[in-house]
Amino acid sequence: MNYRRSYFIVTCLAFGFAFLYVPILSMVVFSFNASKLVTVWDAANSPTLKWYYSLLHNEEILDAAWISLKVAVINASGAVILGTLAGFGLARFSQFRGRFTLNAMTTAPLVMPEVITGLSLLLLFVALEQLIGWPAGRGLTTMTIAHMTFSMAYVTVVVQSRMATFDTALEEAAMDLGALPVKVFFVITLPIIFPAILSGWLLAFTLSWDDLVISSFTSGPGSSTLPMVVFSKVRLGVSPEINVLATITIAVVTMMIVGVSFWLSRAARSEKAAD
Amino acid sequence: MANSSGAAKAAPWQDPSARPYVEIERVTKTFGDFKAVDDVSLKIYKGEIFCLLGASGCGKTTLLRMLGGFETPTSGRIVIDGEDMTGVPPYERPVNMMFQSYALFPHMNVEQNVAFGLKQDRVPRSEIVERVATMLELVKMGSFAKRKPHQLSGGQRQRVALARSLVKRPKVLLLDEPLGALDKKLREHTQFELIGLQDKLGVTFLVVTHDQEEAMTLASRIGVMDHGEIVQAGTPPEIYEFPSSKFVADFVGSVNMFEGKLVEDEPEYVRIGSAELGATIYVSHGISAAPEATVWAAIRPEKIFMSTAPPASTGPGSDNIVRGAVQDIAYLGDLSIYLVKLATGKVVRVTQPNTSRHAEAITWDQQVYLSWDTSSPVVVTR
Amino acid sequence: MKSLRSLSKIGVSGRGLVVTLPYLWLLLFFVVPFVIVLKISFSDIDLAIPPYKPLIEWIGKNSLAIKVNLNNYAFLFTDPLYLHALLNSIKVAFISTLLCLVIGYPIAYGIARSASTTRNVLLLLVVLPFWTSLLLRVYAWIGLLKANGVINNVLIWLGIIHEPLTMLYTPFAMYIGIVYSYLPFLILPLYANLEKMDWQLLEAAEDLGCRPWQAFYKITLPLSRNGILAGSMLVFIPAVGEFVIPALLGGPNALMIGRVLWDEFFSNRAWPVASAVAILLLVLLVPFMMWYQSVQARETAGAR
Repeated sequence: MNYRRSYFIVTCLAFGFAFLYVPILSMVVFSFNASKLVTVWDAANSPTLKWYYSLLHNEEILDAAWISLKVAVINASGAVILGTLAGFGLARFSQFRGRFTLNAMTTAPLVMPEVITGLSLLLLFVALEQLIGWPAGRGLTTMTIAHMTFSMAYVTVVVQSRMATFDTALEEAAMDLGALPVKVFFVITLPIIFPAILSGWLLAFTLSWDDLVISSFTSGPGSSTLPMVVFSKVRLGVSPEINVLATITIAVVTMMIVGVSFWLSRAARSEKAAD
Repeated sequence: MANSSGAAKAAPWQDPSARPYVEIERVTKTFGDFKAVDDVSLKIYKGEIFCLLGASGCGKTTLLRMLGGFETPTSGRIVIDGEDMTGVPPYERPVNMMFQSYALFPHMNVEQNVAFGLKQDRVPRSEIVERVATMLELVKMGSFAKRKPHQLSGGQRQRVALARSLVKRPKVLLLDEPLGALDKKLREHTQFELIGLQDKLGVTFLVVTHDQEEAMTLASRIGVMDHGEIVQAGTPPEIYEFPSSKFVADFVGSVNMFEGKLVEDEPEYVRIGSAELGATIYVSHGISAAPEATVWAAIRPEKIFMSTAPPASTGPGSDNIVRGAVQDIAYLGDLSIYLVKLATGKVVRVTQPNTSRHAEAITWDQQVYLSWDTSSPVVVTR
Repeated sequence: MKSLRSLSKIGVSGRGLVVTLPYLWLLLFFVVPFVIVLKISFSDIDLAIPPYKPLIEWIGKNSLAIKVNLNNYAFLFTDPLYLHALLNSIKVAFISTLLCLVIGYPIAYGIARSASTTRNVLLLLVVLPFWTSLLLRVYAWIGLLKANGVINNVLIWLGIIHEPLTMLYTPFAMYIGIVYSYLPFLILPLYANLEKMDWQLLEAAEDLGCRPWQAFYKITLPLSRNGILAGSMLVFIPAVGEFVIPALLGGPNALMIGRVLWDEFFSNRAWPVASAVAILLLVLLVPFMMWYQSVQARETAGAR
């Protein structure tokens, strides 16, 4: 591929990535700033870890983080089950009753504005409560159900696209050797598409962890998630503790992403060689 | 080539009392408007290597998949060893398939791949270990037992795929283009290995291929397919020497087709007048055709003699002799292909083995005589 | 296993079971809620919990009264606030989409054309911000754009300006925020599309006399149409209903419909009106969503 290095493209790439990363880097840098004003560098006392200390002892934030974690893990696990079933079904079965609807229902949440999804789910929960008494009030359960609903759409897309490149001959060979379709799914298909399912889990986890709007609509007293707490704080302006939170988040995410992509590319390489 | 164990083994397809092992009865498969397989009937006997030969899209793979249980016939029956298997799913058939892409499970090693089928049958552990080891030795992959598929070469993966499908001792083994992915030398070597394996294990093979050389080497019988139909089924010599139609004559090997009309039609011989050829063809056997019908005489390139001097006449009168000029020569080492242009404009393909190295080499634009034996032409009516 | 075999003999299809669970889940938790939103948009507001009157009520022994209140919709159409917010949202989303295209296309193109090792690194770099919380990244811009924020400080220090620029709480800030947040959503599908392109087509075009820019315009651009459309829809549709970015960066004058919905719901407790707004927004966006779906279907069909 003898493509001439276009200076225009390289410049665009450089500016583009600068645009993407300058804000992130600025947050990281200022998390070490002693001044409460965050963006006014207090050269005398910085860099400092005092805001890190303060954040890690902030009860409100820690509680919220714990709630977010619980919801995100349950959500991711549930969404992966639902999304894998849907993604597998849509990819493998070219015709079944309700296929069009299922397809529509799994693509709509990807683009729908969150305020609509959030509002509609809340109204559903209220109506259900009136009708059958469950769910009793809003809280972790309603939030998790809401998150699972939109997360599974993303997992479906990931699994569906993985299944598109999956060699059906492998499944046929397994059946030919005597395995029932259900067994084939668990013993052959699932292990091979596992990296995609893992990405789906991480995607669902992140979406839930970061979600603000839908959580706000479907949460109840005492179930404030981390984004909700952050939002209430940043509405009023900048806060150094939020910078610290951002830095920690970025560090964790970076490590996870780099680690997972290493692992995924190793798995992909060995599978490609098997073709 | 296939029945190397001697002509003493009587051809079961010629024995009217022999029971076929696999019977395909009037099987049709349609996909929407498209008829992939059209009213096909076949009898395959135990221990045969039967090849379905045809170009892409002729329906051979669909027919194979129906035998494997991956497609259901739209109409017709498939009977294997006396049992009707028409609607039976693949995991309940005593039939195994070797896939074109081998389809080895990438997350299992060689041993686990081969053992997979046995595990599904709930074969006891110790027996699995033993049978897997024996089969791997048979395909010469014993020392690769712990390797994963991505660590093997193409030829090695093929052996593992073969072992995996044979270890269950299926009644029929289906092979989908088994040699397509191998390079020429490996292909030849593997062809003979496959035959040897089949002979040793006595499994009935059904092979699908588009490569006629492969079919001719492997098969005890070939079924030539075109547009969903079997146009001729027979042993390789039968197919090659006695094609039943223009299509078969042209598809298997190369052939010269001369269009003409019957001039004389007797029980022991026929004479065909061909304008294309600019001469008459005398064929030393009778044919059945309508008196005014157009017929074609098919003559294989290797059966045409080429000489610079006029040959002794080969039949009554001066049939079976024409003159032309050498238009093109392709030198292939063991033989040469000559394209000779006749006075009528028709180009005739002649092959001659390069038996000697000396001077009498025929060159471009040389005037030559072409002649053939009276038994060489095959007359086809469609 | 035996029971499964006998099940398949009866003809109970495994495939039905596979898709039934997600189907029912989505039906209950995705589709039914919209029906309820529709129902409530026709209700009266009530000082009660929940703050709306029921649609269907028993009056007396054997009569059912269904009260369809169209006031909420009438309200939306007569009060200029809502129409203004809706139109503004569409305008903002549209312009943001264009900006994302202008900035994002060269990036996607550059990544698609680079060698495969660089490509993976670049993709990682594009995807990384996407995994970091949107909220936090928007917050970063507060720090950059405010009066004593980083940008102003740097500009003053460089001597380019002497008074801080007002950037925060303006539509300008909102555009930056939206483009910044949605850029990866445009780059990724566009990259997926460009990656599949046969670059030899460009070489063939140049061989036949086309200049590089012409080749781009006549060949690359039309062939990447599906990617452009998919990416644009992924930006435009959610951007219309965006709430967080206008709330944090836009200031009181940035009237976006998502924010209106939020305020109606949380501040005014006017659930019926909020529902009506939601329905209106849905009606507006559904055609675009269907367009997105058809573009996706065409893309997968083409790939097969």
